[in-house]
Amino acid sequence: MGYDPKNPMEGRITDLGPRYYGDMLPPVIKENKGTWLYHEIIEPGVLVHVAENGAKVFTVRCGSPRLVTVNYVRDICDIADKHCDGHVRFTTRNNIEFMVDAEEKVAELKATIATYGNKFPIGGTGACVTNIVHTQGWIHCHTPATDASGPVKAVMDDLFEYFGSMSLPAQVRIALACCLNMCGAVHASDIAILGIHRTPPMIDNERISGVCELPLAIASCPLGAVKPAKATVNGEEIKTVKVNAERCMFCGNCYTMCPAMPLADPEGDGIAILVGGKVSNAKSAPKFSKLVVPFLPNTTPRWPETVKVVREILEAYAKDAKKYERVGEWAERIGWEKFFEKTGIPFTEKSIDDYRLAYDTWRTTTQFKYTSHTAAYTK
Amino acid sequence: MAKHETPLLDELEKGPWPSFVTDLKQQAETKPECWDILGQLELSYKDRITHWKHGGIVGVFGYGGGIVGRYSDVPKQFPGVEHFHTVRIAQPSGLYYSTENLRALMDLWEKYGSGVTNMHGSTGDMVFLGTRTENLEPLFWDLTHDLKQDLGGSGSNLRTPSCCLGESRCEWACYDAQEVCNHLTQHYQDEIHRPAFPYKFKFKFSACANDCVAAVARSDFSVIGTWKDNIRIDQAAVKAYVDGADGYPSNGGAHKGGNWGAFDIQAEVIDLCPTQCMWMEGDELKIDDAECTRCMHCINVMPRALRPGAQQGASILIGAKAPILDGAQFSTLVIPFIEVKKENDFEDIIDVIEKVWDWWMEVGKNRERVGETMQRIGLPTFLSVMEIEPLPQHVKEPRSNPYVFWKEEEVPGGWDRDIKEFRKRHAM
Repeated sequence: MGYDPKNPMEGRITDLGPRYYGDMLPPVIKENKGTWLYHEIIEPGVLVHVAENGAKVFTVRCGSPRLVTVNYVRDICDIADKHCDGHVRFTTRNNIEFMVDAEEKVAELKATIATYGNKFPIGGTGACVTNIVHTQGWIHCHTPATDASGPVKAVMDDLFEYFGSMSLPAQVRIALACCLNMCGAVHASDIAILGIHRTPPMIDNERISGVCELPLAIASCPLGAVKPAKATVNGEEIKTVKVNAERCMFCGNCYTMCPAMPLADPEGDGIAILVGGKVSNAKSAPKFSKLVVPFLPNTTPRWPETVKVVREILEAYAKDAKKYERVGEWAERIGWEKFFEKTGIPFTEKSIDDYRLAYDTWRTTTQFKYTSHTAAYTK
Repeated sequence: MAKHETPLLDELEKGPWPSFVTDLKQQAETKPECWDILGQLELSYKDRITHWKHGGIVGVFGYGGGIVGRYSDVPKQFPGVEHFHTVRIAQPSGLYYSTENLRALMDLWEKYGSGVTNMHGSTGDMVFLGTRTENLEPLFWDLTHDLKQDLGGSGSNLRTPSCCLGESRCEWACYDAQEVCNHLTQHYQDEIHRPAFPYKFKFKFSACANDCVAAVARSDFSVIGTWKDNIRIDQAAVKAYVDGADGYPSNGGAHKGGNWGAFDIQAEVIDLCPTQCMWMEGDELKIDDAECTRCMHCINVMPRALRPGAQQGASILIGAKAPILDGAQFSTLVIPFIEVKKENDFEDIIDVIEKVWDWWMEVGKNRERVGETMQRIGLPTFLSVMEIEPLPQHVKEPRSNPYVFWKEEEVPGGWDRDIKEFRKRHAM
């Protein structure tokens, strides 16, 4: 018996929830859960955890493109069956972790992983650039201003040396969101890649009254730029909306609510770069990422402008920051004027906040550093 | 479904990072709809806009969410992605799998879908990417009957909760994040599957302040582990760090690839402590725990010498969200310390959750995240609804403007006054 469309509620099972995690833990994890004493990163991508009773678990972490096929997952299962008693896990940054219970098993595991070529690069631990948390982009979403999988691949190819090494001042979290709904971690990452629009929505008057709840579209605008309006379609007066283009900052939220207000545009759309966010409470409180590059074009298929800026920020940080300093801690210590000077990123008015509580971000002190930007004043 | 030329995407097969294009091409040999996925994506790379139509409402009977409908705007060109719905599968807490379960899930998806997945979605679900409407019910039937597992959440409801790996493989876990995550996911199945809220609501559980699941930034209800007694110090291990002994690398070895010189406990720990509450006395490290804000830095740097205290629990912070509509928010500290007790089925946390929901379901506006409701109504009112005494810990700093509301009953004599009485003492 299977699903019967004539009796859809018959035999239906609901509200099962997920599988119980406890049934799928590797034995060494199950036995020592809650008794771990300390850990060490033995080498890039390889960790050991030691329990109170001396038991050890060795973890080998591998990168993954997140967008993967059933074939790819079966390869993971083959490795886990061969070396890890049929257990494997994924991380909160979409890396893969294979675990074994003895040091001598690590080399064999690594040797098997190596037979898959570049499918499972080992790394992502310690003071590195680990996997990029990212979104759907053009592979599945209807509101993106850029792609996700493509730019992530291009940036990780360029920064690959930093995935398998631990030479940075601290771990660097890069995230990407393909629109400013920011699904994921863009608002709180060391370096963030964000899809943005620069053109107001178009209004499809022939469709709007059939497909939209106009009050929702009006309420969806953070700046009150969407107003009720009337229009004539085929000689008939219909209710619609109009957008005050002067007040629109192209967030796309009205399109989320109303299919008759599309705004995607090949030339207008592109990428903004934000930096300096973090979620950990270590040393400093969690920080939001700040906008430092207002626009880079969608240059498919490899987004060279974006790749270049991300590397420039990373290298300026790697050269200048102190041990344990996250990108945001570094930028705040040296001052944002020095951040722009050291990274060589041009400062524009687009980085100056003009939304509601913007005043709190302006400089209300005489404390500033002279930089290349103030050269005219120091000649 | 024929193979399409993909000159732009072919460029993404180059380079050392694993290529999703190569993977999809290999999968296309047995799942030909993958050619159409690549074909439509190539068209997006050429046109530089998305080719998915707006929205899409599909699902399974009994549930109001779990599946994200999607349709191609070029279905004639790419019939394999005419329907391309996403199915969210509830993931095990901590993302540990048996290969038996993973293989069964992959077999199911090969049978009913495109064979393409996300491992995992940002909220935590395993994501099956791309199937047709008529496959949804049969897939759900097999998922529940054969695999004994369920869909995740979508829509204006409780979304799929997620957690860090917690006690399973971390010495810093201050509570069993996986257990509470799993328990509350099961406890609130109805709220996950049948949207009843003003907008979406997320739980995330991090077992310490390093916050490996980003609870403070990515969940409306953030439970973050902490302790209330003293950091446990092993002075012999402190000395081993200071002496640079084998097996005692700073930060658990996280900086092994850098040229940072010998470990300097003064510069790397004591001087970086945000409250300056640490010092050395001879070979002994001292901590004034009353001044410690439990940021984790010293513990992160010397994991073999320092451990979180033994009286463990969690802080509860509420209201994180992304920018839309009123700007991004982190969660705000509401409950400084709460025990996370399995013995009473986490009742204390459930009480807090339900107080938030009772209030927000009543006063929250359409599509207003709880963090925005808190801003609109004000933290003082929110705290009184939550029956929590205001504490200095609730603010970063006291307000600087003097625009203070008083309740009438707080003011002797109340607000009902007679101008004639006032004029007797103060003529105009």
